[in-house]
Amino acid sequence: MNRPLRRLALVVLLMMGALLINVNYLQAVAAGSYANKPGNVRTIYDEYALQRGPIIVDGAPIAESVKTSGRLTYLRTYANGPMYAPVTGFYSLVYGTSGIEAAENSILSGSSSNLFVSRLRDLLTGQAPRGGSVTLTLNAAAQKAAYDGLAGRAGAVVAIQPSTGAILALASSPSYNPNLLSSHDPQSITKAWQSLQVDPSNPMLDRPLTRTYPPGSTFKIVTTAALLASGRFTPTTPVPGPAALPLPGTSITLPNEDKQPCTPGQTMTTMAQAFRFSCNATYGYMAMKVGWQAIYHQASAFGFGHSWMIPMASAPSVFPQNLNLPQTAQSAIGQFDTAATALQMAVTTAAIANHGTVMNPYLVSQVQGPDLAILSRTQPSVYDQATTPQIAAEITDMMVSVVQSGTGVNGAIPGVSVAGKTGTAQHGGNQRPDAWFVAFAPSANPQVAVAVLVENGGGPNGPSFVSGNGLAAPIAKSVIEAVLGK
Amino acid sequence: MTTVATLTPPTLTPQGGRRRRGIELIMLGFAIVLTLAAYSAVQMGVLGRYPTDLPVVTAYLVACAGVAHLAVRRLAPYADPVILPVAFALNGLGLVLIHRLDLAARAGLGSLLPSGDAGRQMIWTALSILLFVAVLGVVRDHRLLQRYTYTAMVLGLVLLLLPMLPVIGTQVNGARIWIHLGPLSFQPGEIAKVVLMVFFAGYLVAKREVLTLASRRVLGVDLPRARDLGPILVAWAASVLILVGQSDLGTSLLFFGGFVAVLYVATERLSWILIGMVLFVAGSWFAVITFAHVAERFQIWLHPFRYAENQSYQLVQGLYGFAAGGILGRGLGRGMPELVPYAKTDFIVATIGEELGLTGLMAVLVLYLVLAERGLRSALGVRDTFGKLLAAGLTFSLALQVFVVVGGVTRLIPLTGLTTPFLSYGGSSLVTNYVLIALLLRISDAARRPAPTATPATPATVAITGDAPTQAVRT
Repeated sequence: MNRPLRRLALVVLLMMGALLINVNYLQAVAAGSYANKPGNVRTIYDEYALQRGPIIVDGAPIAESVKTSGRLTYLRTYANGPMYAPVTGFYSLVYGTSGIEAAENSILSGSSSNLFVSRLRDLLTGQAPRGGSVTLTLNAAAQKAAYDGLAGRAGAVVAIQPSTGAILALASSPSYNPNLLSSHDPQSITKAWQSLQVDPSNPMLDRPLTRTYPPGSTFKIVTTAALLASGRFTPTTPVPGPAALPLPGTSITLPNEDKQPCTPGQTMTTMAQAFRFSCNATYGYMAMKVGWQAIYHQASAFGFGHSWMIPMASAPSVFPQNLNLPQTAQSAIGQFDTAATALQMAVTTAAIANHGTVMNPYLVSQVQGPDLAILSRTQPSVYDQATTPQIAAEITDMMVSVVQSGTGVNGAIPGVSVAGKTGTAQHGGNQRPDAWFVAFAPSANPQVAVAVLVENGGGPNGPSFVSGNGLAAPIAKSVIEAVLGK
Repeated sequence: MTTVATLTPPTLTPQGGRRRRGIELIMLGFAIVLTLAAYSAVQMGVLGRYPTDLPVVTAYLVACAGVAHLAVRRLAPYADPVILPVAFALNGLGLVLIHRLDLAARAGLGSLLPSGDAGRQMIWTALSILLFVAVLGVVRDHRLLQRYTYTAMVLGLVLLLLPMLPVIGTQVNGARIWIHLGPLSFQPGEIAKVVLMVFFAGYLVAKREVLTLASRRVLGVDLPRARDLGPILVAWAASVLILVGQSDLGTSLLFFGGFVAVLYVATERLSWILIGMVLFVAGSWFAVITFAHVAERFQIWLHPFRYAENQSYQLVQGLYGFAAGGILGRGLGRGMPELVPYAKTDFIVATIGEELGLTGLMAVLVLYLVLAERGLRSALGVRDTFGKLLAAGLTFSLALQVFVVVGGVTRLIPLTGLTTPFLSYGGSSLVTNYVLIALLLRISDAARRPAPTATPATPATVAITGDAPTQAVRT
């Protein structure tokens, strides 16, 4: 009976062989996919055992990891949490990450392949590995001016350096405190999350990036570029200036905001006058002359329809297609189905300031390893030449007149030539209109372009008369002042 | 070959009577050094300092290994020199891992002796070594056990059925395999494993001739006569009863698998394995469609991550542990093995996988392979049928147990509750496995003892009394 014994030995060998093959598969092949399973708390514990890199604005950390004595070694803390929340996002045990915390996770967590050498050195020297740091383009003073300017009212502010596309301010209001979501107590995190989710003011909405609004009259910048590019109009071409424009094929009209003719007492006016006083009827007339396609292509050149990766993805802004004449007239003044993010309006304004060149907006200026060695620095890049320098200059002149003596005088700064455009956008039924103001300064040598949106006329406690000049322009002014150091 | 084959000399000659006790002693020394190194690494990893009680632990290990070694040297001088050191190394590693999990459960627990589960397991280890010595001392010739074939059957069945008794039997985690007598609790199924193997071996020595008879050949396989199916059906029925009555897949599989393996070795008939497999598949299928908890085990096996938060939480946490360990492991004391429920018992290999990595886990599996192959080598070497069957049965059941528990934890097969021999926390398991290797050493001592001192194999007389032997001619 030695033959069956030998066979039995073979069976034992096969059983152990199967176990060996299986553990090889489990630990060498499948290990990575198991490690990344949601709900694998080991991965979380490992993650929290590393010192995550800081997020830096103007040399000071706005998010950093501090050591605790708990099971999870490091706690993520946010200085000025609500002010920077739409940028930093949160770093949560329960709900993952968002914002820069998500977009730059591989650098912050130290897992990026750029940090390979650093990790190898840590392994050899026995030092605990740390994450790299991310320095943002934000200007702390501008961010504070933007967030404080909104003062809790629902709205968004984006400021951009026109020559580079570097984002100087990105504020959303109302905001939330990311420290509440980044604690080490899952129960309190869940509680905080749930109360934020049911909050009717929607504090976790990243308004400047992810929400599109009808841009109202600020969109006239885009329309003007299309009109000038068509060659059919110049700023001084005489055009009809009625108080209201009958829309062909309908019984409705497109009235001016003040229900008055564009140039008082005249039937005719000019584009420059219509821009300065934001005459809807005149713009509707001119838009119908050039057609929706011209405006659509102009909008696309400014970045409408494009999702900016700053590195977080923005919602694409929209200019509708296949419009009839009344729809063309309404869309050209930033109503109907036209919708834009505050980021897109800032990009558009910055492009005018930058001689018609659209720069890709970006938030991260550089990333550094744990040893502070610079791993990469963002090089400004061109998205498109949206319009000619000539047309940009003509629009700039018209925007300067808006602030000097038009609808946006509240944006004026003594000693600085500010170019701006107001907007008051109707959005549905009985809602109070949204107030917009876009601007850049100084007009001759632009350092900052800014877009400000205040939702619903500042809310129920806002002024009875809603205007971009009244609600949004003062915020834009203080952001510009902050950037210019005034 | 005829039915009197057992009288012909075995093909494997004993190794000239070389005792190799010195080799065993050196390897036991390795096992002790390994254990002490692992213990130091655990304390360094968890507490950040080297253990302060190293001399005490060293003395304890040396005492345990020394007593076992001296007993083998005196009572089974020709025994295989590898089996005891391998078992002792696994035992030592098990103690360290249990201590490591003790430390994780209660931070600040600094000393191995005598606190925590590791301390209790050390007491069990000492008791196991004493029982190991006792078995070697009392069972001076393994053939004596053949006298107790039917006593073993009764004892084995009683042990298996004890947990089903109302007062002393208790259900733990769905399986009814524990009995409680006052403060004591143990798993009688573990002990039944060895006792029943004595019965199987003794019974098959008597009945193998009959069971070898073929009725007809189908597809090149000799099928046994229908009336000879009795024993395998009884064994099968008993294993199904365990499955149903105790919800214990592991013991059931171990029991039936061990029986079929010994039956095959006894009869050299492949058909018994085929019949065994058919019965096993039928029984499993029956269990899956009839019992919700068995079906659940299958669902968990197929889709562990679907039930990751409830039914398969343990399995999934174990898999995460293996994944965290990767190829080289996190290092002893540097992982998070305590996240796996029951890490000290059924899931101790997950701790090995996490902290010692694939490398350490493969080393442990190879240790089991070495143990099993040395056991089967003893079966090959020993001259008497009873010894062959007993050695083969004990070894195979040990290997099968490792396969079932490690395969279950690593999701090769559905998870069943079993201890990992020598590694897992638990007295009944450790005691049983030391008894098991004591018997293996006793048989290997007989196998390797120089020929002149060997007594003639006894089973031949039994074999000749079997009925109708003339038919059993085969190539």
